[in-house]
Amino acid sequence: MFGTLMALLRRDLVLALRRPQDALTVVGFFVVVVSLFPLGVGPDPEFLRSLAPGVLWVAALLATMLSLERLFSDDYRDGSLEQLLLVPEPLGLLVLTKTVAHWLITGLPLVLISPLLALQLNLRPDEIVLFMLALLLGTPVLSLIGAVGAALTLGLRGGGVLIALLILPLYVPPLILGAGAVDAVMHGASAQAHLSLLGALMVFALFGTPWATAAALRIMLD
Amino acid sequence: MNLAAERGDRRLFEHLSFTLSPGQLLQVSGRNGSGKTSLLRILSGLSRPTEGGVFWGEEPIQSVDGGTGSCLGYLGHQNALKDDMTGEENVTLSIRLGGGAARRADTLSTLDSLGLAGYEDLPVRFLSQGQKRRVALARLLLQQRPVWILDEPYAALDVQVIEVLRAAIEAHLGARGMIVITTHQAVDIDGDCHTLHLG
Repeated sequence: MFGTLMALLRRDLVLALRRPQDALTVVGFFVVVVSLFPLGVGPDPEFLRSLAPGVLWVAALLATMLSLERLFSDDYRDGSLEQLLLVPEPLGLLVLTKTVAHWLITGLPLVLISPLLALQLNLRPDEIVLFMLALLLGTPVLSLIGAVGAALTLGLRGGGVLIALLILPLYVPPLILGAGAVDAVMHGASAQAHLSLLGALMVFALFGTPWATAAALRIMLD
Repeated sequence: MNLAAERGDRRLFEHLSFTLSPGQLLQVSGRNGSGKTSLLRILSGLSRPTEGGVFWGEEPIQSVDGGTGSCLGYLGHQNALKDDMTGEENVTLSIRLGGGAARRADTLSTLDSLGLAGYEDLPVRFLSQGQKRRVALARLLLQQRPVWILDEPYAALDVQVIEVLRAAIEAHLGARGMIVITTHQAVDIDGDCHTLHLG
């Protein structure tokens, strides 16, 4: 079983490396959206600082959203998804593996580039570290929940917009907790409660969503 | 082992019932839209029948250990190949995904026997339609499953490869394998062949 999952992970990562523009678009979108804010609301450092947690999180959320449509649609189009359904392993685990690959390709780069953008919005070093930690806990949740939406809208026309409508409401908890963690530290409080809840959310998504995604895939391919 | 299939689908066909034993081939024929592909997808466990069920031996296929994929190789309309990977990588990764071990020598000799010598290292994107179909066939041959479900396997193949595929089918039947096939072309195959006409 381990061999199967590693083969799938490797396949997805190799494909992403051979077509790097997909991952780069997501990071580029994140950078551009965050960079537009200072231009729009003015360069006042204190004002930008108070906006920073929300702006960074909303941008990360939208960037993830941008990448979700491709999570299953490429495999669906060339027939690989049918073959994946026939692999003699639990589909939930295969889906989880694909989601992990998706996070490594899109979520992790967002975490890695975020300190630069946080600096641009005048966050202090300790707040930046905490923001990265919150993103590290939060972006897997975004990928996991997003996978359900991607599976449900598979093969539909205008699937991208539909994913946004389906999934954005479900992104509210990670958004509130993630932005709240940074906000708490900015006001001298502890972020422990927010981070614990975010961690709990990640564990919950980790165990719950792959089975929902698998069920959705079976229905969409029926 | 025998595979008994009973199913009824109100829209396309109903009260359909047949059994496939080791060493038998079932050719499903019928006009376009008569439900050939639907039948194949139901047999492979990808779709669920409206009524009835498919059995592998005595067991319903839903409860077969490891899922239907552990006993069948499915070749659908689409080749299920990744454009950015080479033919060899495509085949190797598919075999690993199925839980098997892919030996490089076997992979290369199978690709070679299908007339793909010299094309193994080329991304599939650069291959012609027929060559892609051959890579998909190589995957099927290397998966070594007892049941083959082939949806229009002859599409886009040239005469030489049709001959290779015919030999492979006969060898598979000789090794007590089972095959369900849809095709518009009449290709004569030596062995225990049955025909099912839909529509």
